Parts: sequence; structure tokens; C-alpha cells
Amino acid sequence: MSDQATTHEKYYVPEKSSMAVFATIGLIMSTFGAATAMNQATFGDGEASFTTMYIGLCIFAAVLFSWFRITIKENLAGMNSVQLKKSYVIGMFWFIFSEVMFFAAFFGALFYVRTLSGPWLAGEGEGGAWNHLLWEGFQYSWPMMQTPQEAVGGVSNQVMANMGTFTSAHKSMAFAEVDAWYKWLPMWNTIILLTSSGTVHIAHEGLLSGNKSRFNLWLGITVGLGVIFVGLQMLEYYEAYAHFGLTLNSGVYGSTFFMLTGFHGFHVLMGTFMLGVQLVRSLKAGHFTSDDHFGFEASSWYWHFVDVVWVGLFLFVYIL
Amino acid sequence: MGDHHHGPAQGLSRWLFTTNHKDIGTMYLWFSFAMFILGGAFAMIIRAELFQPGMQLVEPAFFNQMTTLHGLIMVFGAIMPSFVGLANWMIPMMIGAPDMALPRMNNWSFWILPPAFLILASTLFMEGGAPAFGWTFYAPLSTTYAPPSVTYFIFSIHVLGLSSIMGSINIIATVMNMRAPGMTYMKMPLFVWTWLITAFLLVAVMPVLAGAVTMMLMDIHFGTSFFSAAGGGDPVLFQHVFWFFGHPEVYIIILPAFGVVSQIIPAFSRKPLFGYASMVYATAAIAFLSFIVWAHHMYTVGMPIAGELFFMYATMLIAVPTGVKVFNWITTMWRGSMSFETPMLFSIGFLVLFTIGGFTGLMLSIAPADFQYHDSYFVVAHFHYVMVAGAVFSMTAAVYYWLPKWCGRMYNETMGKTHFWISFIGFNVTFFPQHFVGLAGMPRRIPDYALQFADFNMMSSIGAFIYGASQIMFLYNVIATIVAGKPTSDEKVWDGAEGLEWTVATPAPYHTFETPPAVR
Ligand code: HEM
Ligand SMILES: [Cu+2]
Repeated sequence: MSDQATTHEKYYVPEKSSMAVFATIGLIMSTFGAATAMNQATFGDGEASFTTMYIGLCIFAAVLFSWFRITIKENLAGMNSVQLKKSYVIGMFWFIFSEVMFFAAFFGALFYVRTLSGPWLAGEGEGGAWNHLLWEGFQYSWPMMQTPQEAVGGVSNQVMANMGTFTSAHKSMAFAEVDAWYKWLPMWNTIILLTSSGTVHIAHEGLLSGNKSRFNLWLGITVGLGVIFVGLQMLEYYEAYAHFGLTLNSGVYGSTFFMLTGFHGFHVLMGTFMLGVQLVRSLKAGHFTSDDHFGFEASSWYWHFVDVVWVGLFLFVYIL
Repeated sequence: MGDHHHGPAQGLSRWLFTTNHKDIGTMYLWFSFAMFILGGAFAMIIRAELFQPGMQLVEPAFFNQMTTLHGLIMVFGAIMPSFVGLANWMIPMMIGAPDMALPRMNNWSFWILPPAFLILASTLFMEGGAPAFGWTFYAPLSTTYAPPSVTYFIFSIHVLGLSSIMGSINIIATVMNMRAPGMTYMKMPLFVWTWLITAFLLVAVMPVLAGAVTMMLMDIHFGTSFFSAAGGGDPVLFQHVFWFFGHPEVYIIILPAFGVVSQIIPAFSRKPLFGYASMVYATAAIAFLSFIVWAHHMYTVGMPIAGELFFMYATMLIAVPTGVKVFNWITTMWRGSMSFETPMLFSIGFLVLFTIGGFTGLMLSIAPADFQYHDSYFVVAHFHYVMVAGAVFSMTAAVYYWLPKWCGRMYNETMGKTHFWISFIGFNVTFFPQHFVGLAGMPRRIPDYALQFADFNMMSSIGAFIYGASQIMFLYNVIATIVAGKPTSDEKVWDGAEGLEWTVATPAPYHTFETPPAVR
């Protein structure tokens, strides 16, 4: 091997940075503010005040903005070695993996309730001995259209303490309950999201072949599809609350439904925003070349991840 | 970019704005020590209350807050950050890297920790008191019956989880991407290996913990019913989600400790580690198994018999790779020319006491027997043997071992050895009797107890005060070393030590390996 010192490309270690401290201030203000506001709303008698949280979020957003800006500038200035870029790739990959595990917790909860604890509550298996003492008359079905509380005739008839009233929906989001297939929003959402995974791929190919206008066009289409998805999802939530009686309070069906689709929807929003930023960078600042476009690539991986999660949701929340 | 060397900045901004792995490592280490003292103070209150039967000092509600915060602070504030600090200091130096892969994020991972713990500790002064539902925060204690401060607890768990995830991603990127040319995976020091695997575990399970506290938050504030049977959920679901995180978590705590003793025992036996490859595979096997044993914490909640059996056998399997490790450490010492400086003493202490903890773990893993042991002091004894005599002893060994390299000064060996013996005796006096009271039926997390347990509990409390006091001596020794220890400039502070960290100057310069070393 030749002399290491001469062949070695320097790994860029920034001298110092104040961003972490400001990001900390933003993060702590927003979490502390959120906790305070929630406690005011649930346990207090006064109005909940979200001011601290909003200020924190603004600081946090501003720091993230300048953090990414500095990182991009450094890259454009040629400070990033091939090795550093690989660190970003590894970082992004494991970040997405951690997100997968976050969703896994909620999917796990769903499977557990559907295959084990739900039937047990209704007296199946080894839980059967207690059913007539605690939840007499509760029948298990999925989507759960009657909570154990309702089965025994409301909170006042209930033996166990709990935190409130759980009124189940009168109509679920499952495919079995739609009037006509074309009125079924989740199907349209599936089509939109799967298509968008394709369009982002076409954009990538365009970039790789040096065709920037093709890149911009298909990236724009992808962002548009993301926006439509979020819009339809909001419409679905409106329907759920206004016409189906399906709310966060609708027992464990409502809990799992809204938490899974809600976190997914939030991630779609994030992904759309990320891709949108890349689009603006490309259009306004002319960023990205066929061999240097990590910001776009990372966002597109994120997008594919969001897509895969949706397929899981579509199967286990809506169809099966 | 000039190639000239920069020393540290002056004043507070050095620490606030730093991107240097050594500075960040130092901050993690001091922070974790502060948390160790705080969590230790809570433990002293617990032991003072339990000194005699009857209610002595504190209200039962406050007692519960103490056990809860003691556990949370020791696990998340003391042990985990201390090993992250060690990883920051040592991994780049051990693999010949100029720094961690993502230095700015590294700084952020650290700085969100202190406020998170400040928020957690401040719950003590809130209306309704601090969380009192145990460090495992089972629902519905932590939902339906929780004090309002639980919301702050939830968000502080979120923040420290974020810190752990970012820290682990950084470690993974560093190990995968920053090794000096020639430093192949199978040449990496075992400490680096164990941390790499630990980081995988962290990235996999911290998000699950985040999921668990999110479900709690939703149940408390937004009317969901994940953990409420009335709405069709199940409190036991909480335990499954928690322990899916919790069991890997105990390996997150112990694997870096394994790594440390795998560095120290060869150095003072003046022999290479016996069975290096098998150590790596055993670590990986333990990590894999740790994902499929979680319900051994739940034998008594009413699982189907098939579940009891599955989790029982899977748990017992873990003893096999663990046994491989213990065998290898002993065999490393076999016929070595051993010497017994403080780091070695703590490592041998680790070996003996951790093995005892492993055996009690094996006893607990037997489902029918666990019906007797569960939630008794026997469990308390078990996990203190593995977490204190395991993780904390090995961390202490690590500090004595690398401190001379960090600051270029030698600690006081006599005081170090005294610290070891007092700790060793204090620890065993505290926790060995807890096996007996546990087997005899004394429940854990109770401020009062039946009279027949009085003698053993008094012993436990005396031992705890001794162990606690010996940590003050440790603190004194470390500070005395840093300010006035005997200077040393030997690159190899310990003649038997191997590894790249012993090839750089002593004290370790601010920047090391800006050009990678050649590794043969
Ligand atoms: C051979 C290896 C091990 C086995 C077979 C084992 C087995 C067990 C079992 C069955 C329990 C549940 C007891 C009960 O609640 O009834 C338990 C509890 C516990 N173990 Fe282990 N264990 C092992 C190693 C470890 C290690 C290395 C650590 C940490 C460094 C650890 C930390 C804990 C903790 C913290 C608890 C109690 C959790 C709580 O309820 O608060 N164990 N162990
Ligand atoms: Cu376990």
C-alpha cells in the first residue's frame, strides 16, 4: 500500500457548532410546553396554553433549517469527502430502521388485540373463567363495534375502574362496509401512494441520466400526489368523526385505527415536505447533479418507507 | 481547509459547542456520574426506610416515588450514558478514526439529556408528586392511577430515547465507516464489537419504548383505550410492549460491560483474549435471543401455557452464549502472568458477581419456580448482581483503566484498591441477603415488611451505606488524579495493554488519528 498520508482524503470534522444547543432549547421548550398544555387540558380547570410549545417548535424549525442549510453549503463547497457522504447514507438507513420499529410497536399492539386479548375478553381460552364476572355479554369481532363497557351497559355497570367512556363507532372503515367500491377512500389512497413511489423513481432516473427537467417534473408530480393523499386522509378523518361515530374514544378499534393511520399520515406529510424542499432546491438553486444528490435520495428512501408502511396498513387496518 | 491543529476552545463555549468526541465523551461521563450520585441518594433513602420494620422516615407514597426514580435514573441516566461516554472517547481511538462519524449530531445527542433528566427530577416538586409506578411503569398504574406528572415523565422518556437513537446511529456509522485501513471487522477490539451490537439493539428497541409511552399518553389525554379493558384493550399489552423493549435493554446495559472486561482481563493477564471469534458470535447470539425472551418477566400475568414454555426455553438458551463468555474470560486468565491493579480487581469482581447474577437469572427463567420468586426481593438481588456488580463494576474498571490515558496522570493505586474492596464487600452485604428474604417471600417495592425479615434488611441497609460511601472515595480519587495525580507520559500506561488507543501520546491529544494509522 502506498503512503497513507498522501492518499488519504480528510474527513471533515466541523470545528464547533452552536446549533445543537439551540436545537435543544427548541426541543425542550416544545416537549415541556406540550406536556404542560396537556395537563392543563386534562387535569386543570383553566384553559390550556400552547404558547411555550409553539415558540419551541418555531425555534426548532429555525434551527433545523439553518442546520440543513449549513450542511448543504459545506457539501457545495466541496468539504464532504466520499467517506462522509457514506456516513450520511448509513445514518439515514438506520434512522428509517428506527422508524420501522416505531410502527412495529403499533402493529404489534394491533395484532395482539386482534388475535389474543380481544377473544380472551369475550371469554375464549384461558380468560374465559372471568368473562361473566367482568364483561358479561361481550362478543368479540373485528372491527370491534361494541366495547366491553357498552356490552355491560355503560360505565356505571362496570366492575373495573378506567379513564372514561368508550363509545364505539356505528360504522367502520373496513372494506366490507362500503356502499360502492369507488367511494372507498383507502383504495384511492393506495393507488395514489403506490403511484407516487413510481413517480419518485422516474424522477431519480431522470436525475441519473442528467435530465433535470424530467427530474423536476416527476418530483413535482410526486409532491402533488403526496398532498392529495394527505387531503384525502383528512377527508376520511372528517367522515369518521362526522358520519361514522368513529373517534379516538371508540374503544381499541378507534385507538389502533387513528394511531396507525395518524402516525402514517404524519409521516406522509413529513415526506411530502422533504420532497418539496428538494424540489425547491432544484428549481430555485439548481442543486443536484447526477452523481451528487443525497438530499433527494434520502427523501426518496423515506418516501418508499412510508409507502411500504401504507401497504401494511391497507392490509391489516382496512382489508383483513 | 488548513491542516493546522486546533486545540480546544476556551471557557464554556468549548463544552456547549464542541464537536470533539473526547469533549463529548467527558461530558457524558460526568453527567452519568452526577446521575449515579442522585440515583444513589434515592437508594440511600430507600435503604434508610427499610433499615427497620415499621414506617420509619418517609410516607409510603414518597417511598414509591423513590424506587421509581431510583430505577429510572440509574438505568437511563447513569449506566446508559456512562457507556455512551466511554464509546465516544474510545471507539474512534480504538479503530483509528479522527472523530465520530457525525460530530454535530453527537453534541446534540448529549445536550438533550441533562434537560430531560431535569424535567424528570422536577416531577418530585409537582402537584401529586413524582411518578410512583415503578421503573417499569405498568399500566394502569401509570395511566388510570398516575399522578399528573406522568405527562412530563412521558416526554422526558421521549427525549432521552431520541438521544439514545441518535447516539447509536452515530456509533453504527462510525464503526461501519471510519475504521482505519486494515482494521477489518474481525480485528476490532471487543469493546467496539459489543458497542456495535448494542447500538443495533438500541435502534431497534428505543422506538418501541417511544411507542409504549405514546400509547400511555394517548390513553391518559386523548381517550384511547390501548391499556383499558373497558374499551377492548388490555393492560397486559403494556407489559408486552414494555418488555419487548425492556429485555433487550438489559443487554444494552450489559454488552458494553462485556466489552470492557474483554479489554481489561487480557491486559492484566498479559495474554490475548481467549476465543476472540467465539466472543463476537456469542455477543451476536445474545443480542438475537434478547428479542425473543421478553415475556419471562410476565410468567405470572396469565399467559397461555405454550407461551410460558416458549419463553422459558428461549430464556434458558441465553445461558449458553453467556457461558461461552465466562469460559473465555476465565481461560484468558489461565496461566497468564497476572497482576491485580484496580481495573483488574473490578473486572474479576465483575466476573464472579455477574456469574452469580446469571445463575439467579437461570433460576428465574424456570416458569414454575418464578411463580414463587416473581416480584420478590430475589428478583431485586438478581438484577442488582447483573446491573451493579455487572455494568457498574465494569464501568468503574474502565475509568481506572483509561483515566491515565485520558488525563496523563496516574490515580492513587492504594486508594483504588481500597475502593474496590469496600465496594465489593459493601455490595455483597447489601444484596446477598436479599436472595434469602426474597426466597422467604418478602415482596419488592414495599416500605414495610414482616418482622422475620428484620435482620437481613438491616444487613442490607448497612451494606448499602458502605457501598454508597465508597463511591465518594471513587469521586475523590478521580478528581485528585485529574488535578494532582502523578504525571505519566508513557504511551502504554499498562505494559500488557494492546490496541491503537495505547499508541497515541499520553495524555491523549485533543485530535487523534487525523490521518489513519496503518493496521497490520
Ligand atoms: C443468564 C442471563 C439472564 C437470565 C436467564 C435472566 C432472567 C431473568 C428473569 C426470568 C427475570 C424476571 C424475574 C421476575 O420478575 O420474576 C429477570 C429480571 C430482571 N433481569 Fe435478568 N436475566 C439474565 C441476565 C440479566 C442481565 C445481564 C441483566 C442486566 C444487566 C438483567 C436484568 C434484569 C432486570 C433489571 C430484571 C428485573 C426487571 C424488573 O422487574 O424490574 N438480567 N431476569
Ligand atoms: Cu429479561
